[in-house]
Amino acid sequence: MFKSLAVPEFLAKIDQIKCIKCKRCIQNCGWSVYAWGGDKVLIDTFKCVKCLRCYHYCPEEAITIEDNPVKYRSNANWGFYNIRNIKRQAETGGIPLTGMGSDMPYPVLFDSLLIDACQVTNPSIDPLREPMELRTYLGKKPAKLEFENGPDGKPKLKTKMPPQIKLEAPFIFAPMSYGSISLNAQKTIAIAAKELGIVMNTGEGGLHEDIYPYRSNIIVQVASGRFGVNPDYLNAGVAVEIKIGQGAKPGIGGHLPGEKIPLDIAKTRMIPVGTDAISPAPQHDIYSIEDLRQLIFAIKEATNYTKPVSVKIAAVHNVAAIASGIVRAGADIVYIDGFRGGTGAAPSIIRDHLGIPIEHALAAVDERLRQEGIRNEASIIAAGGIRSCADAAKAIALGADAVALATSALITMGCTVCGKCYTGNCSWGITTQRPELTVRLDPEVYAERLINLIHAWSHELKEILGALGVNAIESLRGSRERLRGIGLDSQTLDILGVKPVGR
Amino acid sequence: MSHNFHKDISGCGLAGIINKDGKRISGSSISKSLCLMNDRGNGLGAGYAAYGIYPEYKELYAFHIMYDEPACQRDTEEYLKKNYRIEKKEPMPTAPVESITISPMIWRYFVKPLSEKAERDAADLRDDDFVVRTVMKINSEIGGAYVFSSGKNMGAFKGVGMPGEIARFFRIEEYEGYIWTGHTRFPTNTPGWWGGAHPFTLLDWSIVHNGEISSYGINKRYLEMYGYKLTLLTDTEVVTYLFDLLVRKHGLDVLTACTALASPFWKNIDDLQEDEKNAMTALRMVYASALMNGPFSILFGHSKGLVGFNDRIKLRPLVAATKGKTVYMASEESAIREICPSPEKIWAPRAGEPVIAELEG
Ligand code: SF4
Ligand code: SF4
Repeated sequence: MFKSLAVPEFLAKIDQIKCIKCKRCIQNCGWSVYAWGGDKVLIDTFKCVKCLRCYHYCPEEAITIEDNPVKYRSNANWGFYNIRNIKRQAETGGIPLTGMGSDMPYPVLFDSLLIDACQVTNPSIDPLREPMELRTYLGKKPAKLEFENGPDGKPKLKTKMPPQIKLEAPFIFAPMSYGSISLNAQKTIAIAAKELGIVMNTGEGGLHEDIYPYRSNIIVQVASGRFGVNPDYLNAGVAVEIKIGQGAKPGIGGHLPGEKIPLDIAKTRMIPVGTDAISPAPQHDIYSIEDLRQLIFAIKEATNYTKPVSVKIAAVHNVAAIASGIVRAGADIVYIDGFRGGTGAAPSIIRDHLGIPIEHALAAVDERLRQEGIRNEASIIAAGGIRSCADAAKAIALGADAVALATSALITMGCTVCGKCYTGNCSWGITTQRPELTVRLDPEVYAERLINLIHAWSHELKEILGALGVNAIESLRGSRERLRGIGLDSQTLDILGVKPVGR
Repeated sequence: MSHNFHKDISGCGLAGIINKDGKRISGSSISKSLCLMNDRGNGLGAGYAAYGIYPEYKELYAFHIMYDEPACQRDTEEYLKKNYRIEKKEPMPTAPVESITISPMIWRYFVKPLSEKAERDAADLRDDDFVVRTVMKINSEIGGAYVFSSGKNMGAFKGVGMPGEIARFFRIEEYEGYIWTGHTRFPTNTPGWWGGAHPFTLLDWSIVHNGEISSYGINKRYLEMYGYKLTLLTDTEVVTYLFDLLVRKHGLDVLTACTALASPFWKNIDDLQEDEKNAMTALRMVYASALMNGPFSILFGHSKGLVGFNDRIKLRPLVAATKGKTVYMASEESAIREICPSPEKIWAPRAGEPVIAELEG
């Protein structure tokens, strides 16, 4: 084997004068960059992914991780990664994999949208003095209600309400399976979801018994692999989600190799230890919208019509028509995952080139459902690239009922978005199953940080609502009049349904 | 592009009177009450709605229509003739007012949708629905024609001017009604258009409104989903149509509709008894996009009563008073005392709690 000709991306360096040879870096790096050479720490910088675990855990601040200044000769057409990927493919013949959402410089429309505020004619509201409501219910809503007079003379509901998911704030944690993330990471999220009065999603990996106590804050997922799916599982959470696609890898399935299937994961997924866990690209019983309808109703039957059924799709070109079909097929929630959404593992070629951004997809779906008069029939969850409360507020104004968060949740656990989740070596114990790494992630400790994040975003959202002069989240939801586009062409403005700034 | 509108912003004063025993009074008192609040308007719009004014035509829809020019009148009447029996047609009686130098042509028609339903445009609609469609059609499709009143035994009178001037122009002291509402307007941008003054009406709903609906964007999109065409770009149009949808189309009673439009806070709902809690929770979930958020006080008139209500945290004023069988509502107490110096009871209704006064019997 010859030395790789792919230039390393990062240079891990240790200041030998500061280094006290405690070897903590050796222990902390999940990628085995460091090794003990007898008298000093040796560095294999080719392996470094810049996750910064060693940097944070070096007691002497002796470590620096630099972007490698050595690049190929600069070329406006042949970029660094074009050349590097070819070299890697020449060496392996394989499909380069990647993790997390696309890092390509596609325009982010959230950054071209500005939110309104009140002056004089309509007063702003101070969230520190006045109630400010974020509560959100996800699920099918009847178009109208009927009441009768109760025995006490008070109104009593005659219409039967379909099942709903109650959220204390319009945030949910996006599906991440046990297998793609560690059980400790899942537990962290579960604890936070419960404490916050919101929900998490098991992803397609089944439901581990340790997560059962959080079942009133859990959406269980049914994906193409059908891992861990049985009637108990379907009834375990507050809702069931059918996963058709994922923003980062629309149209393709998943593959968890057998060596990553130890006993515990095997049990949860209900497959033999050491077998490959393969999620086929399509669900093999869904080849059309009517097949989807049958699965939706099979699940509703299995859960006795007590749980909303969500359908998760990747944002693709024709997303509005697809979403409309999904709603007509009986789904209570449509979950749209934009192409910038994260993943544990996906071929770079797919992640970086397939699908469309959540902003366009969300706007198109919300508008289509309104034109067809069925917007009340399902709630919309927007996901795939929500980086801040501002993104969340803009998504809600474009029409989302709630937004789903994954990467931001992982960042609270130490993730630096290095994008190497697919290796299973995550130094932060998140996207790995290696016990010596996962043990680092104490769910109780990290749940606190995740709770802090959602509290912070909730406060920010309340400030935004107050500035807008409204005191309930439903007055922002779909209120595109409160958004303006800056520097966007008229066609994009039309798709988003917003006016340009200054109008 | 449906979203490409310029929204109208305005502040205002309003007043309303209802005689619960159905006794009809002249329009002079509402006008007097309103004139006291002249500083709440700037002369760019005032108007009145009155119920019980056309007893001799009470089975017919009274259309008040303003036209910019004769061609609009011709097109409109052509459409009306095809779909309605026109019992009576006449120019609106007006009086010259010095300060009102230009006004549109204003006509009124007493009509009934043709009974041979096959003859008219939409055969399967009930009369009320057909009238709503007619109003939407004329207002959005015939440029320069605007139906500003379409109820039975009621009418709206409005234009650009101070309340006293508009009252004299329309000679409203000559009408007698059992419910009167009035409005003086302070628009912050000036379309100076007669149709933009309040009240806004649809069938026998009439709305006068002081405020700004900060949730306008979503309220509008919600209504559009149910086929309403919002052409006027004002909050008040939204309020009118929301009432139409919730009360007439969805069959909610007025109190429930008001509760949906200015809903209680979750913390209060959570404390209710089970049945009421479920009812209120469902109401908020289902009518989330109808919630009118932002500062407002509104008087909502219909043939059987008058409702006054405020936004959920009362950011605009509303005072109510009673004397005998009469209920008064206005932006300011002084406006009530101007016409009823010693009310039996006078109070400021709480945020989100409607004052509902209905005809007796
Ligand atoms: S811990 Fe992370 S940053 Fe440090 S050497 Fe290893 S891979 Fe590089
Ligand atoms: S989860 Fe771990 S491997 Fe994945 S991006 Fe974050 S730090 Fe890197």
